[in-house]
Amino acid sequence: MARHAIRLTVNGAAREAEVESRLLLVHLLRDVLRLTGTHIGCDTTHCGACTVLLDGEPVKSCTVLAVQANGRELTTVEGLEQGGKLHPVQEGFMEKHGLQCGYCTPGMLMTGCALLRRNPRPTEQEIREAISGNLCRCTGYVNIVRAMQYAAEHMG
Amino acid sequence: MIPAPFDYHAPATVPEAVALLTRYRDTAKVLAGGQSLLPLLKLRLGAAAQLVDIGRIPGLEYVEERGNTLRIGGCTRESTLERSELVRARYPILLDTAKVIADPVVRNRATVGGNLAHGDPANDHPATMLALGAEVVAVGPKGERTIPVDRFFRGLFEVALEPDEILTEIRIPAPPARSGGAYAKLERKVGDFATAAAAAQVTLGSSGTVERAGLALTNAGATPIRVEAAEAYLKGKKPERATLAEAARLAAQAATPQADRRGTVEYKRQMARVMAQRALESAVARAGGR
Repeated sequence: MARHAIRLTVNGAAREAEVESRLLLVHLLRDVLRLTGTHIGCDTTHCGACTVLLDGEPVKSCTVLAVQANGRELTTVEGLEQGGKLHPVQEGFMEKHGLQCGYCTPGMLMTGCALLRRNPRPTEQEIREAISGNLCRCTGYVNIVRAMQYAAEHMG
Repeated sequence: MIPAPFDYHAPATVPEAVALLTRYRDTAKVLAGGQSLLPLLKLRLGAAAQLVDIGRIPGLEYVEERGNTLRIGGCTRESTLERSELVRARYPILLDTAKVIADPVVRNRATVGGNLAHGDPANDHPATMLALGAEVVAVGPKGERTIPVDRFFRGLFEVALEPDEILTEIRIPAPPARSGGAYAKLERKVGDFATAAAAAQVTLGSSGTVERAGLALTNAGATPIRVEAAEAYLKGKKPERATLAEAARLAAQAATPQADRRGTVEYKRQMARVMAQRALESAVARAGGR
């Protein structure tokens, strides 16, 4: 029984797939469900480009098996926009120029979104700690922190 | 990177998990948070024909004090430990430790039991649990047994668990009055293993002398190292700076680090001394000693 039928909720929609035991969650998202907004960066649990929300908590989807997500709820970057309106964290990244190449952005957005849900008014230090598992090689983090501060001020 | 093929099992209870481990023995690996095991499988530094996922077994995630013991469920996430009010109020050494394990996103998956059972001397909880005098509960086909943590780490990636046993709980003696503990870690960046790190737990007597001291080192040898010479040296002494410095020197002496990109043997030994000194000083301060 090296294959498993799994059911999960992805960005609010029920999805089903038949997966090999060893299939990684990030490959389920990108290759099977064709949600390519989630990036693969280092592939070794360091960079956080592949961060998605699993039952609301940010996790590195290169280090979770797809079968471990069976029955769980996932949110990817594609699920942040609601009814044509960007998530405040997305708006913040636009307003404050929180990206250059954009590779780390989907993961940063997911970590930022989870941080603000848990802590709506984070200090700069708390933001920096929260994103310390998400690497950015362009911005020096300054504008990413500003983007999240912007989001905190604009969360409804 | 894709792991070699394996089969995956998601038992719903501990006995079911033990039955699977009994059936598959050496070809099986226990999957908890997966933050150490999955990278190993992906890099193909390790292999397993069967993964037994204990992450779906209800009732293995808790942090609670009962009687004079802190009990931590084996599958408790590091992030849960970090956010526990009980840990923040009563076990600052555990908070110190959890906060420097990997990074915050990894800590949402990584488990305390996994950090111990993986047997990696670079992991952070082993030294802390040695300093605290913890024990772990192992459940196997013959039932449950407890193993003192200072008999748990046998060698590099080798622990005292049998292939058909699961680590279900960590038990820590509740610290008496005038106790304090701390974990000090030197790392190059967030998420790195320690260049050097030390855990210290101290209980002071009514006269202000050290009644009990626990001191242990991370990533200073093939296993986590409990520095018994320093513990014995501190007992009965006033925890003055020079005394703590001598204990830290004994810690450096006990360290047997390997040279790598984090530094030379001599540098790491010196840093083990500095980390031991810092951990001891914070522990004494938290115990109300200074």
